[in-house]
Amino acid sequence: MAEITAEQAKAIPIRKRRNFFVDLLVRLFKTKPLGAVGFVIVMLLFLVGIFANVLAPYGWNEIMLQHRLSPPIPGVLWLGADNVGRDLLSRIIYGARISMTVALGAQAINLVVKLLLAVPSGYFGGKYDLILQRFIDAWLCFPGLALYLTVMAVLGPGMWQVIVVLGVSGGIGATRVIRSAVIRIKEEQYFEAARAIGVPGRTILWRHVLPNIMSVIVISLAAGMGGVITAEASLSFLGLGIPPPYPSWGGMLSGAGRQFMMVAPWMMLWPGIALSSVVFSFNMLADALRDLLDPRLRGGLGRYGGMTQEQLMKLAEKKTAEARR
Amino acid sequence: MKAVNDLSYYVNKGESVAVVGESACGKSVSALSIMRLIPYPPGIIVGGEIIFKGKDLLKISEQEMQSVRGNQIAMVFQEPSTSLNPVLTVSLQLRETLELHRGLDKQAAEEEATKLLKLVGIPDADKRVTDYPYQFSGGMQQRIMIAMGLSCNPELIIADEPTTSLDVTVQAQLLELIDNLRAQFGTAIILITHNLGIVARYVDRVNVMYAGKMVETGPTDDIYSAPKHPYTIGLIGSVPRLDMPRKRKLYVIDGLPPHLARLPGGCSFHPRCHYAIDRCRQEVPALYELGKDHMAACFRSQEMEDLLKKERVA
Amino acid sequence: MTSNDTLVKVENLKMYFPVTAGVLRKKVGDVKAVDGVNFEVKKGETLGLVGESGCGKTTTGRCILRLYEITEGKILFEGQDLAKMKQSELRSMRKDMQLIFQDPYASLDPRMTAGGIIGEPMKVHNLVKGGKEYQDQVDALFKLVQLEPYMAERFPHEFSGGQRQRLGIARALATRPKLIICDEPVSALDVSIQTQIITLLIRLREEFNLTYVFIAHDLSVVRHISDRVAVMYLGRVVEITDSDELYDHPLHPYTQALLSAVPIPDPAVDRQRKRILLTGDVPSPMRPPPGCTFHPRCHMATDACRESKPEGRDVGHGHWVACHRV
Repeated sequence: MAEITAEQAKAIPIRKRRNFFVDLLVRLFKTKPLGAVGFVIVMLLFLVGIFANVLAPYGWNEIMLQHRLSPPIPGVLWLGADNVGRDLLSRIIYGARISMTVALGAQAINLVVKLLLAVPSGYFGGKYDLILQRFIDAWLCFPGLALYLTVMAVLGPGMWQVIVVLGVSGGIGATRVIRSAVIRIKEEQYFEAARAIGVPGRTILWRHVLPNIMSVIVISLAAGMGGVITAEASLSFLGLGIPPPYPSWGGMLSGAGRQFMMVAPWMMLWPGIALSSVVFSFNMLADALRDLLDPRLRGGLGRYGGMTQEQLMKLAEKKTAEARR
Repeated sequence: MKAVNDLSYYVNKGESVAVVGESACGKSVSALSIMRLIPYPPGIIVGGEIIFKGKDLLKISEQEMQSVRGNQIAMVFQEPSTSLNPVLTVSLQLRETLELHRGLDKQAAEEEATKLLKLVGIPDADKRVTDYPYQFSGGMQQRIMIAMGLSCNPELIIADEPTTSLDVTVQAQLLELIDNLRAQFGTAIILITHNLGIVARYVDRVNVMYAGKMVETGPTDDIYSAPKHPYTIGLIGSVPRLDMPRKRKLYVIDGLPPHLARLPGGCSFHPRCHYAIDRCRQEVPALYELGKDHMAACFRSQEMEDLLKKERVA
Repeated sequence: MTSNDTLVKVENLKMYFPVTAGVLRKKVGDVKAVDGVNFEVKKGETLGLVGESGCGKTTTGRCILRLYEITEGKILFEGQDLAKMKQSELRSMRKDMQLIFQDPYASLDPRMTAGGIIGEPMKVHNLVKGGKEYQDQVDALFKLVQLEPYMAERFPHEFSGGQRQRLGIARALATRPKLIICDEPVSALDVSIQTQIITLLIRLREEFNLTYVFIAHDLSVVRHISDRVAVMYLGRVVEITDSDELYDHPLHPYTQALLSAVPIPDPAVDRQRKRILLTGDVPSPMRPPPGCTFHPRCHMATDACRESKPEGRDVGHGHWVACHRV
């Protein structure tokens, strides 16, 4: 009876089915130039970090006294040298490795912490949720840096300490976002549909809740990277992060960098540029991902393009309201 | 994408006309065009004329249009809750228009606002005028929207699915209200709806739209008693009716409405049409005059009566 | 007392949603969404549930499936009380009762393919063995609701509204249930698509001897598909009888008003009908009026209606009504 004709079947849009990540990349480059630049710089950071020992012309702590405070010399010292004669390019390259490790490590811990706290909190609700949320309210009252400084003062400086501190505290801070995402899914009808079918609770969590909050997770991870790198730099700048002689970008900005700022400005310039461009890139990338992963902004919204019509109506309503004024 | 293509209809002074069609058939877009509210980009009115009281609305300046909008043509939308400002009292929102467009002072505007709310049947209007929108039910909010529309004595009210989100009982109340207002003030009304049922009683003429085009237009009685376009026939025959036997077989329009960016060749309706012939697949039918004011865009509209009779026998 | 041909019997069902306020989430009142509902649904029958928005019809539907923890009452499904069952026992019962949603898009997980959505119930209840049988079943379900099996790889947003509702129906049919609760299954759809879905639901009912509880606010649609109809107002059933009787001889003033508000798509007929226009709005279910909850809007109300709650009674031929004035 109501058989759909072949012609109509053809009229239903079929999107080319690419791998999710490939599709994401294509859309990133096509629609978000700034995000694409961010992505390229971030990739560059990772590559440089991974292959630091291959790329760096010298060791990160290789002292060449003859080159103390040397300005950049093309071919020999591309970016100049610091006050004890270490090649700045090599230190920046190894610094990338540190930034990368801190960012990835802290965000990995962050992810575990926030999922463990937030998913049960949002999914089961009740007393656990109530108590946990008050605890997080209290936690968020502390200024971040003061908290880090206190904990780092207790634990002592070092890369792993930085990673753990930034990861755990960031994870607790980000619990809210994940929890509200889980709660939103719980109110979705497909969640109720799954219950009505008789899907066991744990399966619902794995099959329906987690995949649907994946975009929120990815975005919060990407957005947090820049923050973590800044926090690490701040801690190192204040002397409680990664101790010298390790080439942390933040550390390079402080101490000798500051002392010789007038004589050898390149000592501060390069780590400053590296730091700000990487943080900026992470933020741009996160912004772009937020737009790209928002299902409301994704193409192929049914055959009516329902959204445009709705947006159209909204706009029209706004205009009439304006006209009335 | 052609949301509305080569559409013509007219409304006489004090008349009420329905524009009927399913979602995305272009009925709302056509109404927004009258108000020049099509957002640009992406929307653009490529051609045509919108004559209101002898003036082409597409040719006047934006400033002139502003005074037409709200003053002479008012629009009532489907979702009253999004059209009212939630943080302002109803009185304030009504007064705003009255003070601006009609130049009333505060005192007079306040009295007028109360009068308008009474007019649209809000109980205890003098007390409730200082309430906020959320304190009213959906039906009451829609009444307030109508009151706003009426505040400048417009000559035309465009109501875009004014009752779609409301219960049948409230729907009946509102349509009754709109009809009374028309009788009282002689305001012309364009009622945009997807439901052929609700308008039968209230409108003088019906325009049926499909895929951005007018497929049939005519006086209400003709459209319901002797529809000539297969789509209209389908729409009327496909809804269960309280006055018909319960187990009556419904007329099913197969398939889906086409995507406006990928319209089939020939008559847009032919893939879903029981009566399609070869000509329908190749040529686009024009509107054929079938009776006084009654037109249908179908090659077979002349023989439709016979076709239906034959079918009934079979 | 349940006879053999009764599939579901609802006794004195109450569903109150607590309203809380303040930091400590203190309870300040109840929204009495469903307040003492009784009815039964026979095997193979379709019971319509109608009423205005907020009358509790959707909540009643959800309660029958025990998607809510009900406040009071019994839900007998083939004689077993669902209200007393543990979640784990319920889960295996779910195969016999399914739900079709109003908004087909919202009820489909946007990250799952159409095939995955339809196949999920079979996997959950271990109804198929092996991939081949699973695939065949999914294909068969697609064909059953007049979709093409090749669409199984698509995601919900790639379907039109009507097609999504077909997916919802296919998912509900996957476990071969005895009871399907249809919650406003057509009200979000275009007129021409509504008819397709109604016709499909009727065909499937005949093919699989299904029992429906059909919840809708559109009285003409409900009449078309239902054998019996229950009219709800403010959390209570005010009238139940078979469809023809209800529409030919409505007894409760609320039913009469509802029916008179339904438009008929024929100006000649519609202009002849008398309309009973209800005044005012549905009162808040947090503070329902005393006596008969309908009395503030009723044109026939007397002192008795304002004071005492009318008991429902059978006025003959299974026509049940709760009104003092009948």
